[in-house]
Amino acid sequence: MADPSRRLPGTRGTRTGTGTDTGFGIDPGTETGTGTGTGADVRVGTGTGAGVGTGVDAGADRRAGSRAWQATRLSPAVASAAVGLLLASMLAGLLAGAADIAPRSVMLQLLDWLPLVTADSGLAPVELGLLSEIRLPRVVLAALVGGLLAIAGAGYQGVFRNPLADPYLLGAAAGAGLTTTAAIIFSRGDDMAVGVPIAAFAGAVGGVLLAYGLGSVAGRGGGTATLVLAGVAVTSFLTAVQTFLQQLRVEELQRIYAWILGDLGGGWEQITLIAPYAAISVAIMLLHGRLLDVLSVGDDEAVTLGLNATRVRLVVLLAASLATAAAVAVSGLIGFVGIVVPHAVRRLTGTSYRIVLPISLIGGAAFLVLADLLARTVLAPAELPIGVVTAFIGAPFFVAVLRMTRRMET
Amino acid sequence: MRPVRSALAGALLAALSLAGCGQSSPAASPAATTAATPSAGTVSTPSAAGFPVTVEAGNGSVAVARRPERIVSLSPTATESLFAIGAGPQVVAVDDQSNHPADAPKSELSGFKPNVEAIVAKKPDLVVIANDTESLVASLGKVGVPVLLEPAATKLDEAYDQITDLGAATGNVDRAAELVAGMRGQLDEIAAAAPKDAKLTYYHELDVTPYAATSTTFIGQVYGLFGLTNIADKAPDAAGGYPKLSAEFVAQADPDLIFLGDTKCCGQSKDTLAKRPGWSKLSAIENDRVVPLDDDIASRWGPRVVDLAREVGDAVQKAATGG
Repeated sequence: MADPSRRLPGTRGTRTGTGTDTGFGIDPGTETGTGTGTGADVRVGTGTGAGVGTGVDAGADRRAGSRAWQATRLSPAVASAAVGLLLASMLAGLLAGAADIAPRSVMLQLLDWLPLVTADSGLAPVELGLLSEIRLPRVVLAALVGGLLAIAGAGYQGVFRNPLADPYLLGAAAGAGLTTTAAIIFSRGDDMAVGVPIAAFAGAVGGVLLAYGLGSVAGRGGGTATLVLAGVAVTSFLTAVQTFLQQLRVEELQRIYAWILGDLGGGWEQITLIAPYAAISVAIMLLHGRLLDVLSVGDDEAVTLGLNATRVRLVVLLAASLATAAAVAVSGLIGFVGIVVPHAVRRLTGTSYRIVLPISLIGGAAFLVLADLLARTVLAPAELPIGVVTAFIGAPFFVAVLRMTRRMET
Repeated sequence: MRPVRSALAGALLAALSLAGCGQSSPAASPAATTAATPSAGTVSTPSAAGFPVTVEAGNGSVAVARRPERIVSLSPTATESLFAIGAGPQVVAVDDQSNHPADAPKSELSGFKPNVEAIVAKKPDLVVIANDTESLVASLGKVGVPVLLEPAATKLDEAYDQITDLGAATGNVDRAAELVAGMRGQLDEIAAAAPKDAKLTYYHELDVTPYAATSTTFIGQVYGLFGLTNIADKAPDAAGGYPKLSAEFVAQADPDLIFLGDTKCCGQSKDTLAKRPGWSKLSAIENDRVVPLDDDIASRWGPRVVDLAREVGDAVQKAATGG
């Protein structure tokens, strides 16, 4: 299956492209490392393997290989471009909004908040509070949630080696939907602000654990297909229970619906609430990029390379689910970010998880900040639900990325 | 053999039920035709206080053959109106959301997810609904039950019309006219008593997200009686009558008065508002101009709109005089 002509000179280890739709095959026989690489230091061309374009033929893959070099190290140029994009989108998010504040004053105020810098923005106390308590945390929360969902999506896609995997694959969304519905129905008043995030978090984690448990019991081999099916079953079941609860208390329908569509107006309180979980899950996933690359060659091959595939999969799965739960807890069910951003990143920068994971984190953050900027300003002073915007601008954006990269290949 | 037999049985059943329908419709249609000509009916049965009547409801002309004695209301607003016009004793069941008045015969029936069989089981001779969910009008029409669709009013006049409709359809014309006249009079009085030149702005909150109501909505028109300016009117028409406002916009608009229509659903109050990011300095909160409303009164278009207007009037009075 491996094509020696695709071996790239000048790289350590072997690059194996995949010529088939399903192919994650690496032929260990072509392992022709130069001797400096360790066993795990395998370059794997997962261009089609990660599976965006299952119809990409071997020829296109070869061209892609020669084009993108399939780097495994994050180049400083790509990293700084991504960070620059994120900072620019956050700045745009801070400058625009439903409240009318002069951009110049906002800029001065932002400078003033920097350590060791003093600038007089001339903002009234109300505007100052608005900027620091509403707009700034909203932008930060959008970045945090977008980054978490995107990296979690990349993690899921790595674990399942399935292009359609997204953070909600294993029942995180359905679990959170159920517990949040219950929280909205059964809690009253003041405790809502804390009750809903905790319920959503617990539900998301619970949904995934239920699916994982079910999948492990059903498919003793630990196969990912069984796990995905268990996720489908758990999702349907939990959604049914949620719909039933919802039907019991139709007067709460609007609030449940509003939660499902997503909201990023939680403020600093919610950011600090999820920050620890976000930090832990992101750190774990970033550390597993290399192992996910190895895993992407297939379980059997990964084992021959000395990898405990089941353990890696479980760890990344738990970390990605933790990230998803943290995001869902404070933002509701925002779709599309988790599936599209990693694919776009793969198309634009390379397919190694050592690149896809960190760039998805940053790219997802920038994407959601921009999407939220639109949600806040298109109908200002009214807002659009964020979930509407992510899909509405995300889908055309993704088609554009697909077309653009395809044109470059052919 | 077995499948064939059951298939035959099924065909037989279908034929029987078709025949059943065929028989019942000619029997029902004469009644329908007489009902559709109210003048003839009025002449022939003067004792039945104007029945049969035809009422123009949201679902077109509805013929009611005789004074209904078994009314089912699936609309909380209609329930309030029915009891206010003295049709209460004629009501046999109301839906699970109809919580006012307390002596309304609350049942498990739902107006959101209506179960036609359960409704028919109450043997109604008139059903009042606010939403034609799942083609309820058509389903009940098939079994010959007249349905009045009285959807959410967008103007005070529509609310009055609905009360008048209910009066005509239930044989309580005079009480309905009395109620409408009383409501009009009271609202005029309350509005006249309110200071007109105060130039106050307000924000009416429907839920914590926060969704608001603009002046084009029913409740917005109640506020309009007091010459208040609605901050939500700045939202473009595309956002609809109930836009989801930006929290920072509300903070900057800093309305003089805040009316909370989410006290029961969501436990909101001046204190919970003050805890929202960036809202603690709102002048309505600092000056104690946050008015908690009863969610039900604020979301229905029945007789208790007068209570709502009274609360708004009091708040405007207090705000204008600084009391």
